[in-house]
Amino acid sequence: MSDREHLEGEHFMSGDEACSEGAISAGCRFFAGYPITPATEIAERMSDRLPEVGGTYVQMEDELGSMAAVLGASWGDAKAMTATSGPGFSLMMENIGLGVMLETPCVVVNVQRAGPSTGLPTMVGQGDMMQARWGSHGCYSIIAISPDSVQEVFDLMIKAFNLAERFRLPVLVMMDGAVGHMYEKVVIPPLDKIHLVTRRRPDVPPGEYWPYMPDEDLIPPMANTGEGYRFHVTGLTHDERGYPAMDPEAQDKLVRRLVEKVERHRDEIIELEEDGTDDAEVVVCAYGITARVATIAVERARREGTRVGLLRLITVWPFPEDKIKSLARQVKAFVVPEINYGQISLEVERSVAGMARLALVPHMGGDVHNPATILEAIRQVIK
Amino acid sequence: MNVLAVTDEAREKHPLEDYLRVDRLPHIWCPGCGLGTILGAFLRGLLKSGLTPDKVAVVSGIGCTGRVAGYIKLDSFHTTHGRAIAFATGLKLAKPELKVVVFSGDGDLAAIGGNHLIHAGRRNIDMTVLCVNNFNYGMTGGQFGPTTPETARSTTSRAGNIENPFNMSALAAASGATYVARWTAAQIHQMEKSIIEALLKKGFSFVEIISPCPTYYGRMNRLPTGLDQMRYYRSNSVVRHGANPNEVGAGTNGQIVTGKFIDIERPYLPGPRDGENGG
Amino acid sequence: MIKSKQNQVFVMTEWCKGCRFCIEFCPQHLLYESDETNSKGYHIVRMDDNGNCIGCEMCSMVCPEFAIHVVTADEEPEKGEG
Repeated sequence: MSDREHLEGEHFMSGDEACSEGAISAGCRFFAGYPITPATEIAERMSDRLPEVGGTYVQMEDELGSMAAVLGASWGDAKAMTATSGPGFSLMMENIGLGVMLETPCVVVNVQRAGPSTGLPTMVGQGDMMQARWGSHGCYSIIAISPDSVQEVFDLMIKAFNLAERFRLPVLVMMDGAVGHMYEKVVIPPLDKIHLVTRRRPDVPPGEYWPYMPDEDLIPPMANTGEGYRFHVTGLTHDERGYPAMDPEAQDKLVRRLVEKVERHRDEIIELEEDGTDDAEVVVCAYGITARVATIAVERARREGTRVGLLRLITVWPFPEDKIKSLARQVKAFVVPEINYGQISLEVERSVAGMARLALVPHMGGDVHNPATILEAIRQVIK
Repeated sequence: MNVLAVTDEAREKHPLEDYLRVDRLPHIWCPGCGLGTILGAFLRGLLKSGLTPDKVAVVSGIGCTGRVAGYIKLDSFHTTHGRAIAFATGLKLAKPELKVVVFSGDGDLAAIGGNHLIHAGRRNIDMTVLCVNNFNYGMTGGQFGPTTPETARSTTSRAGNIENPFNMSALAAASGATYVARWTAAQIHQMEKSIIEALLKKGFSFVEIISPCPTYYGRMNRLPTGLDQMRYYRSNSVVRHGANPNEVGAGTNGQIVTGKFIDIERPYLPGPRDGENGG
Repeated sequence: MIKSKQNQVFVMTEWCKGCRFCIEFCPQHLLYESDETNSKGYHIVRMDDNGNCIGCEMCSMVCPEFAIHVVTADEEPEKGEG
């Protein structure tokens, strides 16, 4: 291993740069992308770094092609990723769906900016959270995680690749423009301290291999291209052999498994951070940069004597509804600040199911919340 | 010599059976469609090329031709509409020892996937694209597409197409392909030989194969059966190797100029490496 | 059934869709559309048993259904007789 393979030590870097380094340390060796603010720095660093570690950087003609190339590379035995922002994320939805259907491990980073459409290209937003969940057509489950610091960007890139390899699907890293462009200290641990997962390979000879025959955990082993397995995979509804199967029974079996392979492993996937929720009367639920802003409001509210907890969603999808439900039985109210007009708040509302009050603190983007606005929402909701 | 015609009861193995998903035959293509003929030519060409079949991957997009991947018994990928070349680009760059073949239709490659086609040509990605051109969108029921000749009728141009068509071979050549040829499905031997050359060519090789679509394009344009179209190709095709593809269109109104148009050397991606299939 | 020094033409009747490509492309004009139909109702191709098949395999190469192929006498495996 060359000393450029893994930049162990302390660094001062941006979220976008840490994203690239996390990917490299996770074993990512392929990046396909298209320049877009505020994610471009990820592509720039990958174009420098991947050749140093024997990987491949390709700049595609658009995000449709970028996402397709990432899937192709993953089938070519590379840990593969792309990075984009809202407009590109919209184009990638097409082949994120193919990635779900072909069960292709890969990582898609969305450094969110304010939309809709071209919106505020250089400025922060969190408006793609529901798109992350439902953006591609049809029914499926997805995994999405959201870092709130530069260090966590590094850490979550490793987690993202591990989840992708473990569950064979595109994992979405929902950064935002503030975290992406923020500079902070990052500690890159020694490589032997980093736990890495790689996709399970078939243990049967080629003649007996069915590409979508799942193991007990609902995840099928994935053959490598060019090793004689002669598999066929298709975006059409298919049976365990990978053959198109145009009937409701095959559809039922396949789609249920695609959903269940995520939902059944919620406990393994979901990661949350809780601060002071044990005896809280109000819980602020936030993610990404907004969680850091909310911390200030929570501290101020506590100084005013309110028992406020902070629930930070590191995993956003699958949504941690059990945690919200159990908190809902205990607290008076939830406060959900996010840089959109209410997306994750809808999930909180669904999970709370009327057991507590809920205050959305929407912010349309371009900058982050003023902590005072969140504080005021906390005051109002317990009145 | 006497001849014996034998049927299923005493069946011998078809020579291509090891490379076909026989359990999926008969295929979904219409009677008189040229896709099966072209698939056969590809498989024979592949076996004669000397490439290791297990190191060959086939990527298709969507449409009638997109279904080719599902009948080939190699590592094969049936992807999204228009994205076959982009998917194949990732596969090839990540695993250069593979020979990657894109098998798709004119609508998939020139309309929804046109951008990927020209950029793969520009990059000169080392892959082979077999473009089956039937002048319309067959799978969706015969609408006009990017190659439909002007005035030709389709289910969305009943009074005749008013748009100017793409010349696929010219488009590939202009984009930077190192090998460009055009054949009709009726030119069995030339097509097979050309596929071998394309498979062994370093860089972006492109073979356009004009193919009958009796159910839609032919029926709406006075060549109602596949056989009518095959006969039309036989009587109207000329071979002109080295012709400038810009000057020779592929439309079925008048002469069809076929042949090997481009065969040049140019730096390609990914660069040559040891152990590359056919390298 | 299998005799030496003969080219044999095999037809997978269930795969034939009656497109007539093989009939058109056979240079010896030995193939014809029969009155027989397969389970899908296609008139399947048959061959004039007395004709002179030259083993060119055009029928096999042009067939879009992989439904016809030729085993030429020279590629016939040796059969242990008696």
